[in-house]
Amino acid sequence: MTTIALLLITGLGLGALYFLIAAGLSLIWGLMRVLNFAHGAFFTVAAYAGWSASGLVGGASPELQWLVAVAVAVVVGGAFATLTEVVLIRPLYARHVGQVLVTVGLALATISLVQGGFGSDPKRLALPAWMTGTTTIVGANIPNTRLLVIAFALAVFALLIFFLRRTRFGLIVRAGVENRAMVQALGIDVQRAFTLVFAIGGMAAGLAGILAGTYYGTIDPGRGTSMLIFAFIVVIIGGLGSVTGSAVAAIVVGVLQQFLNFYGAAGVGDFSVVLLLAIVLLVRPGGFSGAST
Amino acid sequence: MSAPATLLAVRDLNVYLAESHILQGVSFDVRAGGITGLLGRNGVGKTTTLRGILGLVPRTGSVVLEGAETTKLAVHEIVRRGVAYVPEDRDVFAGLTVEENLRLAERAGAPLRYDLVYELFPELEQRAAQKAGTLSGGQQQMVALARALLNGDNRILLVDEPTKGLAPLVVRHVVEALRRAAEVATILLVEQNLSVAHSLVRDVIVLDQGRVSFIGDVDQLMGDAALARRHLGLAAAGSH
Repeated sequence: MTTIALLLITGLGLGALYFLIAAGLSLIWGLMRVLNFAHGAFFTVAAYAGWSASGLVGGASPELQWLVAVAVAVVVGGAFATLTEVVLIRPLYARHVGQVLVTVGLALATISLVQGGFGSDPKRLALPAWMTGTTTIVGANIPNTRLLVIAFALAVFALLIFFLRRTRFGLIVRAGVENRAMVQALGIDVQRAFTLVFAIGGMAAGLAGILAGTYYGTIDPGRGTSMLIFAFIVVIIGGLGSVTGSAVAAIVVGVLQQFLNFYGAAGVGDFSVVLLLAIVLLVRPGGFSGAST
Repeated sequence: MSAPATLLAVRDLNVYLAESHILQGVSFDVRAGGITGLLGRNGVGKTTTLRGILGLVPRTGSVVLEGAETTKLAVHEIVRRGVAYVPEDRDVFAGLTVEENLRLAERAGAPLRYDLVYELFPELEQRAAQKAGTLSGGQQQMVALARALLNGDNRILLVDEPTKGLAPLVVRHVVEALRRAAEVATILLVEQNLSVAHSLVRDVIVLDQGRVSFIGDVDQLMGDAALARRHLGLAAAGSH
């Protein structure tokens, strides 16, 4: 029971990180039909920006250092994503091959630049004492970072749902995911919604970047890329354009990965996720949410 | 009595889609007030003409609305100048409720005509919380028309085959709604049902293979069997 609780909550923590990356990816694809391979770069740049900012306030308490790291990561993630949309993506709407090439290129260039600037070795993130401790749940000592990441993901999920269901911009995004041309035909400047969705996606990816550093204790240049692969799987399993679908898929993928990596041979968990993707594509091509795209 | 002023002037409109030259120099005027019919056989470019006016397809030529050129504007800017669009397939947002579909159409600064919309389509008020995707075809058409009618500053409604696929009872409802709508805005109507068209429209523009083949009065066209056969390909004379 103890092991199961530990694996379950750790899996939920991993799923929470996947969700934070996948939610933005899903909305960006759903609204703009842009496969954004640079999303991992937002994650990485934001994590390093947060880590650097944390170092700049090194004399402050660990709690403040961590909060500064989170705030800077979110802002930098959003700003980097906005800049990417305005400068690189906007001239390439409806040119899908061009979008793939430019986002892949940006991702590769960004990772190389980060490696060049900061080195390949992982950087330890300063964490408050509470985060290095554990909390006992049904007999299992759960690292507090797992609980923290889950709490952040729940908060982001709630904010996104509020944004999508209760604001006019959210209404525009939901409508745009269904039929972008008709949104324009109602007199709405869908371009602004594109930029906003990119910014929100970048902020969530930036938060994921610094929370992944909190979850694993370190940040490194390659983590964004490796997590992006699973985030793409989550987006497809959840249904392109569906935040709720991404949330459910992220939980399934994270928990499945943890359990099978623990009980099976090395790598079985990762393989099972790819297998799950194949099964979902065969049985329900629109993903959990049933979206037709 | 002087003739109503021209609200919309289309000049030398050309649209290429893939390798096809769909519209080949289409030119016509739409007078302010009432309903102007855009008729023709299937596939002659009627829907493309509406989409070209709105900028939903790449086009060349000139589209002038109340004296102002609109072809250089983005789609949303053209719409904000008072052009509303009711597409052939209704294109309601299936995952949004009826109320959300209408709210999305609201334009800042425009007087909203919810009274008129709910007077014409009381069902929409009753089904405000229902997902538009679960409505019948007729109800979805009501949503599409309601979106176009909602903003009080809309000058012209581009309405594409509003009775297509609807039951006769619903067709009568839509016809009545269009008649009422024409009291508050000019309508450019694409309609395959010639008896519906004849009962509603005043001026007629007929397209044939991407070109304008006839411009004139609806009674002139429908009252002359030879003319109707030549331009519409069937014995439309006398249809009501």
